[in-house]
Formats: sequence, C-alpha cells, structure tokens
Amino acid sequence: MSAAGVATKQPEAVNYLNVDNSIKSWLLTEDHKRIGILYLVTIALMFFVGGIFAMLIRLELLTPAGDVVMSDTYNKMFTMHGVIMIFFFLIPSIPAVLGNFCLPIMIGARDVAFPRLNLASWYIFTLGAMLGVTSLVLGGVDTGWTFYTPYSSSFSHTPVIIAVSGAFVAGFASIFTGLNFIVTIHKMRAPGMTWFRLPLFVWGQYATSLIMVLGTPVIAITLLLVAVERGLRIGVFDPALGGDPVLFQHLFWFYSHPAVYIMILPGMGVMSELIATFSRKRIFGYEFVAYSSLAIAVLSFVVWGHHMFVSGQSMYLSMVFSVLTTLVAIPSAVKTFNWVVTMHKGHVKLDSPMLYALSFIGLFTIGGLTGLFLASMAVDIHLHDTYFVVAHFHYVMVGGAIVAFLGALHYWWPKMTGRMYPEPWAKLSALILFIGFNLTFFPQFILGYLGMPRRYHSYPDEWQTLNVLSSAGASILASGFILVAVYLLWSLRYGAKAPANPWDATGLEWKTPSPPPPTNFTQRPIITEEAYNYPIVLAKNGEPDEGAKQEEAEKHEHA
Amino acid sequence: MSTHEGDLHVGHQFEDAEQQLDSYSAGMWLFLVTEVLFFGGLFLAYIIYRTRYPEAFVAAHHELDWQLGGLNTVILITSSLTMALGVRAAVLNRMKAVLGWLGLTFLCAGGFMVVKYIEYSAKFEHHLFPGPNFEFHHAGIDPGQAQMFFNLYFAMTGLHGAHVLIGMITMIILVIRLWVMRKQRIDFIPIELTGLYWHFVDLVWIFLFPLFYLVGGN
Repeated sequence: MSAAGVATKQPEAVNYLNVDNSIKSWLLTEDHKRIGILYLVTIALMFFVGGIFAMLIRLELLTPAGDVVMSDTYNKMFTMHGVIMIFFFLIPSIPAVLGNFCLPIMIGARDVAFPRLNLASWYIFTLGAMLGVTSLVLGGVDTGWTFYTPYSSSFSHTPVIIAVSGAFVAGFASIFTGLNFIVTIHKMRAPGMTWFRLPLFVWGQYATSLIMVLGTPVIAITLLLVAVERGLRIGVFDPALGGDPVLFQHLFWFYSHPAVYIMILPGMGVMSELIATFSRKRIFGYEFVAYSSLAIAVLSFVVWGHHMFVSGQSMYLSMVFSVLTTLVAIPSAVKTFNWVVTMHKGHVKLDSPMLYALSFIGLFTIGGLTGLFLASMAVDIHLHDTYFVVAHFHYVMVGGAIVAFLGALHYWWPKMTGRMYPEPWAKLSALILFIGFNLTFFPQFILGYLGMPRRYHSYPDEWQTLNVLSSAGASILASGFILVAVYLLWSLRYGAKAPANPWDATGLEWKTPSPPPPTNFTQRPIITEEAYNYPIVLAKNGEPDEGAKQEEAEKHEHA
Repeated sequence: MSTHEGDLHVGHQFEDAEQQLDSYSAGMWLFLVTEVLFFGGLFLAYIIYRTRYPEAFVAAHHELDWQLGGLNTVILITSSLTMALGVRAAVLNRMKAVLGWLGLTFLCAGGFMVVKYIEYSAKFEHHLFPGPNFEFHHAGIDPGQAQMFFNLYFAMTGLHGAHVLIGMITMIILVIRLWVMRKQRIDFIPIELTGLYWHFVDLVWIFLFPLFYLVGGN
C-alpha cells in the first residue's frame, strides 16, 4: 500500500471540499464524497424532525391520562416518527452517507461505478423526503409506519397516498445505491484487493446492498398497489373488493423485515472497523465475520412471517418462521463473539469511536436476545404489540444502528471534514447517550411484559413510574444528540486540522490526505497485504507475548 | 484513430474500456433482477387469487381476445430479434444497419401499443375496467371475483405497457445520440444495455400472455 498518495504538506492542498466552492458544483457533483455529505445534511434534518415526534410521544406518556394531545393526533405522531426515522433516516444512514464516502476509497477506486446514478439517487431521495414532509404539513398520516390495509387503503382520512409515494420514491434511491455498491465492489477494486482483503465494512455494505436490491422492488410495487387501491378503488388487498389484507402484510414484511438488516448490517460493518482499529488487532475469524454478513442477508428473506403470528396465518407456517428466525442469532453471535475475542489481549484504546463500539456490543446483545423472545411463538402471543416490541426494536435500531452510525461518524469525521472534534466532549456525549438510551428503553421492556400496549396515548396509573423514567431518559438522550451536533458543527470551524491518519489505523482511507483529493488518490494504490495488518506489539520483556505469537502464526497461514 | 476500442469514451472512474463495459452490463443485469422482483409482487398476487377463484378466472379470461394477444406475442418476439440484430450491427460499427434495426424494433413496439389500445378500449366499452362501473354477468360467477381478474390484468399489462413505452423513449434517445455522434465509432454499450432491457420486457410478456389469455379449462 506504500504506493498510495502521500499527504503533501502545502497549506492549500487541493481536496474534494476546496476544489470548487460554488453551490452549483455541489448540486451537480458526481463525486461520491460530496454526495455522501449531501446525504448527511439531508438525513440529519430528517432525524431532527423524527426526533421532535419522539419527544412529543414521550411528553404525552409522562402522565397516565391522554392530556397533551387527542388520540388521533397521537396516532399521527407515532406514525410520522416511524415513517421519517425508518424510510428517511435509518435506511440511508450508514450506506448513503459513510458507504458513499468511504467505500470507493476503501477498495482503492476513484469513484463508484455509476457516479451520475449516485447523484440521481440523492435527488430522488430528497424528493421522497419532501413528499414525506408534505404529508406531515398536510396534517400527518395515522396508519402507523406499516401502512396496514384495509385501514390505509379505505378508512384513514389522512394524506396516505402522499406518504406512501414518499416511501415509494425513496425506495428507488435505495435501489440505486445498492446497485451502485454491488457493481463497484465487484468491478472497481484496486489491483491486489482480493475479496478476502476487503475491510469488513465493505463486506457489510455488500450484504446490505443485496437486500436493498432484492427487497426494495417488492415494497415499491406493494406501496404502489396501496396508492392505486386508495385512489382508484381498484385493489388486491381490500376484502370489500375481493382482496386479502394479509397478502399486504406478507408483501410488506417480505421487504420490511430484511429492511431491519439494511439498517443493522452496515452498523456491524462499522463495528469491525472500530474494534480492529482501537484494539490494534486483525479481526478474529475475519472470514467468519465476512460470511456471517452474507448469512444474515440470506436469512433475512426467510423470516418475515414472525411479524404475523397473530394475523391468522397457518400455525405450521408460523412454526417454520419461528425456527428460521432463531437461526439469525447464529451469524449475529458469530460477529459479537469475534469482536469480543478481537479485543481480548488487544491493545484497547478508549477513544470516542471505541466507546460507541462498546455501547453497541452491550445494547445490540440485549436487542438481539430479546428478539429471540419474540421469535418464540408462545411468548410472542403475550408480547405482541406491547412495549416489549418497541423496546426490542429500539435497542436494535437506536442502540445498534444509530450508535454505530455515530461511532462511524466520529471515526471518519476527521477524514470527511479535515478537522478533529473535541475528544473530551465526544467521550462525554457517548456516555450521556448510553445512559439516556438505557433509561429510555429498558423500562419499556418491563412495561411491555406487564402488558402495556403500544400506540395508545393513555395507560393505567400503576405504570406511571416506569413511564416517567422512560421520558426522563428520552430527554437525556435528546440532550446527548444535541451535544454531538453542537461540537461536530463547532469543529468544522474551530477544530484542529486532522492529520491523514489520526487513529494510526490501517485501511486505504487513512493512506490518503484528510480531506481526500477529488480523485481520492494521487496514484492508483496496489494492495499487497491483508486488512487490519497491525504490527505485533512486544510485551515488556521484549518478546512477543503468546497472543501475538498466535497472530503471527495466523498471518503466515493466510500468506 | 481507427475502429479501435480506444476510441470509446471511458469514464473518469474507470481504468479502461473493458472495466467500463463489464460494470455497465453487470449494472444492467442487476437492474433487471430488481425488475423481476418488482413484477414478482404482482405475480404472487396472481397466483394467490387464481388459486382462490379458479372458476371466476376461467370465466373472466373468455372476455380477452386471445388472437389479439397472440398477435402481440408474435410482434414482441419479432422485435426481440430485430433488437438483437441491431446490437450485433452496433458492435460491428455498421451505422445504417443499426438505424434500420432500431427503427424496425421501434415500429414493432408501436404496433404492440396500438393492439393494446384496441384491446383496452374494448374492455372500457364493455364495462370490464374495474371500479364502480364494472359489470360482469355470468351464471354462477361472483362479479367481485371476476373483477379481481381484471384488477390484475390491468395492473400487470399496464405496468408492462409502461415498460414498453419507456423502451420506445430510450430507442428515440439512442437514435438521436447516434445521429449526433455519427462521425465517431458507434458506442455500442447503450445499445447493448437497451437490448437487454428490451429482451426482459419481451420475456415478461411471454409470461403474461398465457397467464391471462390462455387460462386453463378451454
């Protein structure tokens, strides 16, 4: 990798940010790095909007009586929270921002395979997001983010068609991103960058892209059918028209369950990067971690029926889905155990991205294991549609996906912006988020187990203590997010200039200046070594310790 | 500058023309996979409702004209042949032949749409378009179940027809591009990709024709 571009020490080196400052150059850019930044700005705005609804929900649930908003308004609040956070924040978060920015650099390419398609995907996404916001301005949608028929197609008096069109349009952005990444990973790798030398982040993105490409078209046609049924009264889901609403649920979850892995798989890819960098070790069982991403992608398509245990599907079908769902635990555990073992006898440094990684391991483990409770049919019938499901989902999506997103953002921030953020504040915010998150969502497990149903704006008095804890946690969580936004924006102007490799990490993105030049590298890199090829650190007596010797032996095996 | 690959424009992100061609065709194949899944949701709905309402589907399909459907099948298969010959001519850099074959393909696509228009207007006249005006009188058949047949018929052939139109627009753009760059070697990649797309559109019809026009029980 020595051939990669070396940072020149001139004060005004040309990079992708300062090469042209005009607004036009941003809006017409075909540079994957700039498109990543455009996506970051867009989804940050959407996260803010979705977050306001989360806070309103927690405000309403502070007291047992439904006293802040009417129940209809409450329905709209949790729907808009879900629609915005899932379709317009979580799905594009890591792939479209950090995948776009890092993936081509990590494989030693100048850009993605189809730069114009990449820019088109951002415009399409923005159009979808604007439709989503329009449905909000017109009064909001009250169907729940799942748009279940026949309520969504026949009975709801809210702008469902506009919200559904927003999700439909944003889906094409997702398809374009996935298609671009798959072709890029297959065809654009630098000489010597074999599949098993790829950073595990790239493997994660590859598995994610497979789901995006195979799943999203199905939700697209499904949402289109809902819109047609609602608009023209021609439908295949409404029982009054001879249709079957459960067909909608099958088609919806055929995408939307894999979509959960669209949100978590890239986070798992990020985790492998963070754990390796801050343990200064090659990821233990690299091949297993790589294949486990693919295993999760494949399994994700055969488990959707676990959302429908009480929808009247065949009991035998439910049993099959239940067993298949528990299988997802295997590749997930392979990853988690391998991250932990990587840290074992590693030289762990607790920089802020690593704090997020440690958060992820704890929170994802809780989120994943409670998923097994829900995969068991008998338990699920008790827990179905209770706060237990809400807590489980948020442990995976916030504790997993968003924590990984923030870890990744901190890790690659110096590369993206050329600035360092204030490390003490970053550590503090990681801690605040961890505490706030657990305080918000752990009580919800108990509430759900006690039987509190989701999607109601009032509840019996005896559940108030746990709800107050949860709402208090939500305000701590919100202040943590605001703190992150403040110091990251602050660092853009006042942060110290970032060196090319602030973490002393391996990987091509750290071999090029921060921020990178427009074409990523000054010379085409040639790869001659494994990913995460960290030097063996000597023990105190000057001899490599046992772990180091084993690693050395492993390396020779791979070579 | 002779008819060498080096004449082709290579995008800044690619190392050479070969990588560019590989990437574009991989991208197109992947796009077609997404198309299969896009139609897949509708095919699934078809399987479910045909299994559920077998008699209604047989009764309703008699309202479709299998001869017009068969004619359209012949037209589309012919257009796939002319498209394939056009792609070959493009690779061999024969400008006139490319324009001729693309023109023929375009005419076939237009013919297909004309036949489709005749069929659709007959359905509208006979109140067979689903919705409040739908009427279906057949002893022992629930009109609601027959309406499901026409729901799927219009949804699936409509989506297919939209794909034919997109193909026709693409062919017009291709011909304009060829004319603008007539002095250079033919850039055959867009023509090859359009060809792949066109064969997919043809293939979808090969499935739609028997599913709607030739439902068992004749």
